[in-house]
This record gives sequence, structure tokens and C-alpha cells, in this order.
Amino acid sequence: MSLRSPLGRVLGLGSAKDGTSHWWGQRVSAVALLLLGIWFAGMLATMSGFSYAEAAAFIARPVNSILLLLLTVSMAYHSYLGVQVVIEDYVHAPGIKVVSLLLTRFVHTLLAVAALYAILKIGLGA
Amino acid sequence: MVLSIVHRATGIAMSLGFAVFVVWLFDAASGPDSYAVFLAAMDSTIGRLLLIGWSFAFFYHLSNGARHLLWDTGRGLEKAQANTSSWLVLVVTVALTAVFWWVAL
Repeated sequence: MSLRSPLGRVLGLGSAKDGTSHWWGQRVSAVALLLLGIWFAGMLATMSGFSYAEAAAFIARPVNSILLLLLTVSMAYHSYLGVQVVIEDYVHAPGIKVVSLLLTRFVHTLLAVAALYAILKIGLGA
Repeated sequence: MVLSIVHRATGIAMSLGFAVFVVWLFDAASGPDSYAVFLAAMDSTIGRLLLIGWSFAFFYHLSNGARHLLWDTGRGLEKAQANTSSWLVLVVTVALTAVFWWVAL
């Protein structure tokens, strides 16, 4: 005899009703990265050099700081959505799947926060 | 056909590249000493090969991603069109990667 009511057992088994949000989020971040990615590649290619002083000066310029912040958020989000789909497609053992999905989310969040902190630290000269 | 799984592979490769991008920013924020370690790692033979690989992965994922966005609008889905655009993606990828390194070096 289960403590779960018949209604409780069937609730949530149907459509999650938000199937398009993942797909749409991936597209929106893709378009953002198309623009930000080309900007960043152009910057990397034309940078005078990658010494500490040159890199710090590049990151500290307000326009670059802002675009790097946007690039970080879009990249972390797009990368998370992509890795999530790959895990869902190839990892079938329920336990490992949930742990991998959690880990992916935590690592992406950690990387994003670390990058945002670093950009702001350099940009604000703290 | 092959391009589809390559899109995934380059995506995963760039997820790792994203981590390196974060290390670059983090080491730059941590000071000249940490940054020197990062710079030395990237300036090594393995580092340079990885950077070339990531640039190729980036331009591939970018071009093929644009093709996916075009498909999402319902265009270019005829077999012949898809075939043509797959070759176009490869040509554009090689061209952009070459231009990138030509300008950078």
C-alpha cells in the first residue's frame, strides 16, 4: 500500500508544457554568440599582443568589459544547454544522468561567476 | 551527414575552450605571476595546437550554426541545397580559420 494518492502518481507524467523554451534559448544565445563571437575573434586577431599589461588594458576598456560580460553569459548559457542535450542523449543510467546534469550546471555556473568576477575586478580596477 | 556529429564534437570542444577563456580572465585578474603561467602554457606546442583546434572548431560551429538557423526558418532543406551548403560550410570554415591566423600572426 503506497502513501501516494492515485492522482499524485499520475501528475507530472504528461507534457511538461515548456518544451520550446530549451530550443528557443539555444537559438537566442546562438544569434547573440554569432555577433559576440565574431567581435571577440576579431579582437583576438588584431590585439597588439598578449602580455599581462596588454591583456589587462584590453579587458579594462569599458566597451570591452561590457561585451566580455555579455559573451561570458551567452557562452555559459549556450554551452550548458548543449552539454545538457549531449548528456540526455548518451547517458542513460538514471543516477549517473542526474549527477552529470547537476555537475554540468554547477561547473558552468562556477565558470560564469569566476569570469564575471574577473572582468569586473579588472574593469573596475579593484 | 558527417557534419552533424562534427557540430556536436566542436561544441563539446568549445565547452572546454570556454573553461580556458575563463582561466585567461581569471589569471589576468589574479596578477602578472599567474598570468605568466597561463601564457607559458598557451605558448607551448600543445597550447598552440589546441588554439588552432579551437579556432577551427569555433569557425566551424559558427558557420554550421548559421546553416542551422537558416534551416529553422524552413529554407534550404532540399537535399541538393543541403549538400551545397555543407560544402559551403567547410569552405567558409577553412577560409575564416586561415584569415584569422593570417591577421593574428
